[in-house]
Amino acid sequence: MEKKKSKKKINSSTFLLMITIALFAVMYIAGMIIFNDKGFAKPQMFMNLFISNAGLIVIGCGMTLVMITGGIDISVGSVTALVCMSAAYAMENKGMSAVAAVVISLLIGTLFGIVQGYLVTYLEIQPFIVTLAGMFFGRGLTAVISTDMIAIQNKTFLKWANYRINLPFGTYNRRGIFIPAYIYPTVIIALAVVILITIMLKFTKFGRSLYAIGGNQQSAVMMGLNVKRTKMKAYVLDGFLAGLGGFLFCLNSCAGFVEQAKGLEMDAIASAVIGGTLLSGGVGTVIGTLFGVLINGTISSLITTQGTLSSWWVRITLSALLCFFIVLQAVIAAVKRKKKKK
Amino acid sequence: MSNEKKKFNWKAVTQHHLFLPIVCLLVVLLVNVIKTPDFFVISMKGGVLYGYLVDVVNRASELVIVAIGMTLVTAASGGQDISVGAVMAVAASVCCQILSGGQVSTDTLMNSMALAIIAAIIVAGLCGAFNGFLVANLGIQPMVATLILYTAGRGIAQLVTKGQITYVRVDSFKVMGGYIGKCPIPTPIFFAIAAIILINIILKKTALGLYIESVGINGSASRLVGLNSTMIKFLTYVICGVLAGVAGIVASSRIYSADANNIGLNLEMDAILAVALGGNVLSGGKFSIMGSVIGAYTIQALTTTLYAMAVSADQLPVYKAIVVIIIVVIQSPVFRRNMEAWKQKRALRNKAMEGGH
Amino acid sequence: MAQNEILTMKGITKTFPGVKALSNVDFKLCKGDIHALMGENGAGKSTLIKVLTGIYPFDAGEITMDGRPMVNRSPQDAQNNGISTVYQEVNLCPNLTVAENLFIGREPRKLGMINWSEMNARSRKLLQSLDIEVTPTTLLDECSIAIQQMIAIARAVDMECKVLILDEPTSSLDEDEVEKLFVLMKKLKAKGVGIIFVTHFLEQVYEVCDKITVLRNGELVGEYDVENLPRVQLVAKMMGKDFDDLADIKSERIGSVKEGESVIEAKGISHHGTIKPFDMIFNKGEVVGLTGLLGSGRSEMVRSIYGADKADSGEIRVFGKKVKINTPLDAMKAGMAYLPEDRKKDGILADLSVRENIIIALQAKRGMFHPMKRKEMEDAATNFINLLQIKTASMETPIKSLSGGNQQKVILGRWLLTNPRFLILDEPTRGIDIGTKTEIQKLVLRLADEGKSIAFISSEVEEMLRTCSRMAVLRDGKKVGEIEGDDLTQEKIMETIAGGEKSNE
Repeated sequence: MEKKKSKKKINSSTFLLMITIALFAVMYIAGMIIFNDKGFAKPQMFMNLFISNAGLIVIGCGMTLVMITGGIDISVGSVTALVCMSAAYAMENKGMSAVAAVVISLLIGTLFGIVQGYLVTYLEIQPFIVTLAGMFFGRGLTAVISTDMIAIQNKTFLKWANYRINLPFGTYNRRGIFIPAYIYPTVIIALAVVILITIMLKFTKFGRSLYAIGGNQQSAVMMGLNVKRTKMKAYVLDGFLAGLGGFLFCLNSCAGFVEQAKGLEMDAIASAVIGGTLLSGGVGTVIGTLFGVLINGTISSLITTQGTLSSWWVRITLSALLCFFIVLQAVIAAVKRKKKKK
Repeated sequence: MSNEKKKFNWKAVTQHHLFLPIVCLLVVLLVNVIKTPDFFVISMKGGVLYGYLVDVVNRASELVIVAIGMTLVTAASGGQDISVGAVMAVAASVCCQILSGGQVSTDTLMNSMALAIIAAIIVAGLCGAFNGFLVANLGIQPMVATLILYTAGRGIAQLVTKGQITYVRVDSFKVMGGYIGKCPIPTPIFFAIAAIILINIILKKTALGLYIESVGINGSASRLVGLNSTMIKFLTYVICGVLAGVAGIVASSRIYSADANNIGLNLEMDAILAVALGGNVLSGGKFSIMGSVIGAYTIQALTTTLYAMAVSADQLPVYKAIVVIIIVVIQSPVFRRNMEAWKQKRALRNKAMEGGH
Repeated sequence: MAQNEILTMKGITKTFPGVKALSNVDFKLCKGDIHALMGENGAGKSTLIKVLTGIYPFDAGEITMDGRPMVNRSPQDAQNNGISTVYQEVNLCPNLTVAENLFIGREPRKLGMINWSEMNARSRKLLQSLDIEVTPTTLLDECSIAIQQMIAIARAVDMECKVLILDEPTSSLDEDEVEKLFVLMKKLKAKGVGIIFVTHFLEQVYEVCDKITVLRNGELVGEYDVENLPRVQLVAKMMGKDFDDLADIKSERIGSVKEGESVIEAKGISHHGTIKPFDMIFNKGEVVGLTGLLGSGRSEMVRSIYGADKADSGEIRVFGKKVKINTPLDAMKAGMAYLPEDRKKDGILADLSVRENIIIALQAKRGMFHPMKRKEMEDAATNFINLLQIKTASMETPIKSLSGGNQQKVILGRWLLTNPRFLILDEPTRGIDIGTKTEIQKLVLRLADEGKSIAFISSEVEEMLRTCSRMAVLRDGKKVGEIEGDDLTQEKIMETIAGGEKSNE
């Protein structure tokens, strides 16, 4: 018995994370080999993964938090659209400053978090229903602000959006001139969020409480944790991060329109699940989610680079991958249960 | 069912499970009448019935069909199928693609109508079976499981139509979303009525309704009286898929094309709303198909009202979302408990005050 | 003596709507004692513990701890007052490490951050001091249930509890694990912790406990020193009135036993972890009692026959013919019916009407495509409402608005409607008023006379004696004997339950 245990050092959640990282590596390297001629192997290509997904990384972090408690939030895509639209509207139609737009974005996200969190936590309504309503509400409200696309021309905003940070590595062009790889500030913010949330999850009472609640809510109550307040906080933080992620998304798109970020909730959920977060709660890391996002991004850039496949393949592939991981989780859980019984 | 309307005792009327849904419908209709006095006027124009009311009933058809499926899924599994809109799109694409024989646009049927419809419904049923397998056999939460098809569905539909909108400009196809010969009533209404009748026959001629309620109320007790809850849940998802398929065909016939991005868009929300408005509890158990049907018509009436108030289609979800939240809050046990406690407290205080005087 | 008492409960009374769960119960716990709290279903053990730990408020009485009056309003209150509880269902988080489970909510910190190395170090020390062999960094999920129990106890101990309540901690443990747990309990005892030990296993009580308090029907039967209370006496106190009073209650059915043909024959049936392989025969026209203390496997035995828990081994013969039973439906088709122990959880379909609750089993047996006609359902419902005198406003009333006794009659009606040959009744009279109880008992006898074979389980020996003509006795998940004819006396049953000859220590 004892020997078996020490041998089986890798538990199932680490196992899932390892699958994810390996999957990412395999996919990316395969892409580099197959599409080398199309520049897939360039460092900038890798950086682009972060650039185009900075918003999603942040939103995915929020999603991971609520999923750890056993909840879910499918309103994030709409919140992103609402944030982009509001920011664009505030700057372009109301003449507000870019800083004010940031504040508005964060406020919108946080408000969503507060209301949804209250309904889920204190009125004990299924998170899915609550956030489904939130999803429609947000999207509808976006249309209420404007049904037309608003392109952002605010100077400060564009300066933020186009501020390149060159990296000490890159490629040489045909003439041998060094072209450094670059990123945008959004990437730094996104990575900072990942690091901060990782620390929070690992080293604060709040972070550990989230896991405890997801593991066994009843026990968490018995052990004297304030379950309701913790869950509420998780939803508020998730809302805040959706607002922040939405703004980063906006920096990338520089526009607000109704159809924006459609299906982003799916990307976020898929990234979290692929990154090893359990739908049943209690397990998950934002590092895993980061890799989930990267896989997500790799799929879409592989398909775009390939050129002949249409864009809906991204959705289908991602859904298939999500389905695979969900089934994998269900199977692992079933095997575990069976083992426990024996 | 046994209606105690003969006695006409108010309590029996107000406690009837369809009382609230009907009141909701009446309120919406009342608002309409006030805003547009000719709301109930039905006239004949060009040989077909014409008027707001006809429009509401006609447009609600797909929603009615989908809401029936949603009701069964909700009752049995205590969760909702959010993939219905996407499944409609898949069915529509399959149907149109077969009819057009793979072309982008066609003026003649390339394959028989029966083949196209049957194939579309089978594909929709398979989508339902996929959801059902994830929920019933693997025990995944209904909304997470159906989220997969919710996003992938429209992609699959695009794949079927090769990314284009497939047009089938053939009169015999347009019938399903238009009119049969000289019949003045729009065909979708017949589809909705047929779906209602069919499901009622199924529920009457088999014990499925009772089985679904039992499984939704108490899974463990149901197992002990010999019910196979996995099979029953699975079945409700298949039925839901098939009905979504039918709705998809009707919707595509209306616009004689398969628009993968727009067919059944946001319909899942309306369907859930219809189920809730119909007095069905979203956490499963007892259900009423008629309630959901009334709910569906209420929502369509509401949609029409909002359109009349110059609310654009994009903005509609705001109002619907608010209604959903209000309904689920009222349904929530915690809210009820708090209200009960509050009422008691007030009664106590009133009593104390009376005592004081 | 008195200064040794850490906890005293005096005159505790607790009423639930319609039921007196505890009436005037006294309980006292001394420092360094392991005190068993015993009683059958509905005796009031769990209510007493819930009152003590603040889950329920109590109507009357007084609780003092260390001589000071104490009122707990929540388990948190109780914990702060030094009372910790470890339940059978371990209340820990399986997805966290052992160390976290020990320290969650009160983690050692440095600069506001959780100090993992100190947490692990302190955990190691704590676990070592209690001889629990597990590394603090292991995930709880990977520990055996026994270790998890011990970790829960360690957590309680580290929170400086003076009173430790162990609520059926041993139910899911094997012998070695129980042994380890006992070592730990003795260790705590030596440290002066008072332990309240709730269990159904007599052996265990005699192995570790100092005192026993017995409850029955919400009343205190008495407090005894373990060495002065022989097992048979203990069983008698738990199950019936005083031992001597009961000696002459005899079955009304003794003598009326006829050699019927066998209806159900179970051979080597078992279900992993709940019931060891057993043989059992149920004859026509016979009421067979299954007795044993709670948790002895009496319910599990019938569940494995009925297919509610699919049997891992063995075979079932119905009228001599081998039948494969994988699901309850198979069992129903073979002519079985099962009235489950937990009416709320496994019996009633709360929102459905009385009529639907009555016909559901027959309907399920017939299959989905053979729905019953409205008229047939109504006739069946009317029939059983009259026959069993079910008090309901109408047959369309939801079953949840009926009283417990009437709900039970509905469930009974549900099964009688399927016209079973073999009827399993698991605690059919539990939580039911006396009048209904007698009615049900009479009905059982009548059914047997009509030729049905019946398996009857009850926590009340008197009731079993009245109705059963043969009894199988179970202990610790094993069938340990069968008693019939003239042997069917209270005394003999108690002895068998208590464990034969070694009953007097």
